[in-house]
Amino acid sequence: MIENFYEHEPYDMDMASKDKLITEELLELTRFHREHCTEYRRFLDASGFDENKVETASDIPFFPVRLFKNIDLLSIPRENVFKTMTSSGTTGQRVSKIFVDRETAMIQQKVMLRILSDHWGKKRLPMLVIDSAETVRNRQMFTARGAAIMGLQIAARDIVYALNEDMTLNVRAVNDFLQKYSGRRFIMFGFTFIVWQHFYKAFEPAGTIKCTSDNEETVLNIKDYDLSDAFLMTGGGWKRLVSESISQDDFKTRMRDVFGIGHFIDHYAMVEQTGCIYAECEYGHLHASNYSDVFIRDPLDFSLKAPGEKGIIQTVSVLPHSYPGHSLLTEDEGMILGADDCPCGRKGKYIRIIGRLKSAELRGCSDTYADKMKL
Amino acid sequence: MQLNFNELQYVIGSPGTVERMTGARPLRPFDDEVIAFFGDLSAALRNVRQYPDVATFGFWCRRASLVKEKAKYDDAAERLGRGIVFHSTPSNVPVNFAFSFAAGLLSGNANIVRLPGRSFEQVDIISDAVRSLLGNGYKSLAPYVVFVKFPPAKEIADAFSSVCNVRVIWGGDGTVAGLRQSPIPARTTEITFADRHSAAVINADAYLDAERKDTVIQDFYNDTYYTDQNACTSPRIIFWQGKRKSEAKEDFWGRVHKLVSEKYDLSAVQAVGKLSAVYSAAAQKKAVLEKSPDMLVTRLRADVIGNDLMNYKYNSGFFFEKDIENLADIINVCDIRCQTLTYYGIDKKDLADLLEECRPHGIDRIVPMGKSMDFSLIWDGHDLIREMSRRVIIL
Repeated sequence: MIENFYEHEPYDMDMASKDKLITEELLELTRFHREHCTEYRRFLDASGFDENKVETASDIPFFPVRLFKNIDLLSIPRENVFKTMTSSGTTGQRVSKIFVDRETAMIQQKVMLRILSDHWGKKRLPMLVIDSAETVRNRQMFTARGAAIMGLQIAARDIVYALNEDMTLNVRAVNDFLQKYSGRRFIMFGFTFIVWQHFYKAFEPAGTIKCTSDNEETVLNIKDYDLSDAFLMTGGGWKRLVSESISQDDFKTRMRDVFGIGHFIDHYAMVEQTGCIYAECEYGHLHASNYSDVFIRDPLDFSLKAPGEKGIIQTVSVLPHSYPGHSLLTEDEGMILGADDCPCGRKGKYIRIIGRLKSAELRGCSDTYADKMKL
Repeated sequence: MQLNFNELQYVIGSPGTVERMTGARPLRPFDDEVIAFFGDLSAALRNVRQYPDVATFGFWCRRASLVKEKAKYDDAAERLGRGIVFHSTPSNVPVNFAFSFAAGLLSGNANIVRLPGRSFEQVDIISDAVRSLLGNGYKSLAPYVVFVKFPPAKEIADAFSSVCNVRVIWGGDGTVAGLRQSPIPARTTEITFADRHSAAVINADAYLDAERKDTVIQDFYNDTYYTDQNACTSPRIIFWQGKRKSEAKEDFWGRVHKLVSEKYDLSAVQAVGKLSAVYSAAAQKKAVLEKSPDMLVTRLRADVIGNDLMNYKYNSGFFFEKDIENLADIINVCDIRCQTLTYYGIDKKDLADLLEECRPHGIDRIVPMGKSMDFSLIWDGHDLIREMSRRVIIL
């Protein structure tokens, strides 16, 4: 029962006690989804799953996250779907579809809130979203960005969108927000590349920005404001910045220099396991909470890799009730850095994300690539 | 007409060559000079040891074998090339373009050959040899040969399509659809190589009785893993016939696994792709994954072979498998998309009977194991020489 987890603080269990609790819960979910999702039952049948052999969480069967793109996987009647979340695929690619009912949606939000409050306190904070309100407008078809923003809304109050529909800076809105909350604790949230491209670059290099509307000129000089207790929370990975030769450290340094931002929380998350975010601690480590865990798999035989070894990331989460997404093989590469011993005091594993698996060009007569291939 | 584009690179010939092509006189199929040209090209290429595919092409186009081919065409004297053939060759097979070019020139045509988009040293080796022969000793054939490279660009495809008399498109459904955006003249014919799948049938008893099993396994490897099991000719489903099936399968796949672990490099993306393919198939079909220590050889036992099973095919060593009693039991995968049936230990007469009895829409070639990639002038059901030439009769 998910309630057993609520008795704990999100990072208070060491690996031994956590594994016991999470294995039981994952096994329960495996049984539930086997009973309620035909396709999932066939996955288990095809691979010869035997629940009596499950001793630890890594024994729970997993399947590649890509299957959410090919097959509608759900364990509830369709009429109980409260919202359908989609991954942000680029044009032409198929997107993942995740079917969420009210119960799962509630669990996702509750857990996200608990995880985040461990980082910035239990009070709901004002939030400046570095994105456009359009991103969350269509509630039927969420994108990963929309879902992330929506998920965070419950942890925040007085939410202001920093960007206009055309992704230019809404100078007046940002100015008003900063006037109100300068020197206080608040959240800035956005996807890494959006923050860089549409926020940082708007201020670069002078730190000021002007705009004129209704014949009234607004001048925003960022140095007028104190952002030292602001938390800049980022997500969405670093690939696009790395391709512009901006490392994660460069990013932080520049954001600190230009805006004077005091706290940074990057996070790793996926729409297929919304709620269970892997948030960065003050030592720069991404932590698995009690609600989820990470295993690193060998690319050749999917056996477990030891801490410090690179491999394919598998994530388990006890949140997905309406769809069989409790144990997934991602297409990301990463490693476990350690467990139970991060100087920040959080228990459980902490990890490093390396990035997407490299695509492979295949031989053959058809002009195609492995990662683009239809399944 | 515009024949110069920023993105267009002439590897052999020039825009001027293309302009003069319309005036080049069609040749008879298997013209003596053309055979001599390929004979010399063969001498230059068949000892290229570092690239077996180049050597294979070199061996294929040697003089003696072309003379033998010529003898099969009793109508050659009545035939003439159609004019200009525009070949669009696949981007990820290095040497396919050379076979397409050879078929075009042997059938008596001038050829505009679009080389693979990716760069391969094999392409350079062959192109250099062709260029050198055209400059020395075969100047008269120079008006018949243009090699070009260009990224997908409609205006370039438009230009070559508008001058050709035959358009040959390799590269699968997507590439065919793309090039068909470029119109061709009314009289121009087209040979297209669409996405296909292939199958293999093995007699278990014949395999177990084989003296040199490792040769059989190497042949199977060449048919499959050598091209990432992603060629049209690569078997995607293996049928087993005979009495001692489980014994044969255990031995066969054990040896395949050993060879693959020595020679094949499976990337993480391929492994995840294969696992996804397993579950995609399993979600819709009754299929059981055979136990395996790793992801190198992935076998799904398909209990029922429906007409749509091949929608779930995958590559990089992903095999459906099925035990059969009669050859006719394979018929459900032999739809129009089926290209090659590879066999081991099956009587040729039984294969002929299968065709006669079932008359499938698919299966264009039936070849012994290990020969699936061997190029032939009759390919994919097309008689290339005859389709790229016209028969002129005097009554």
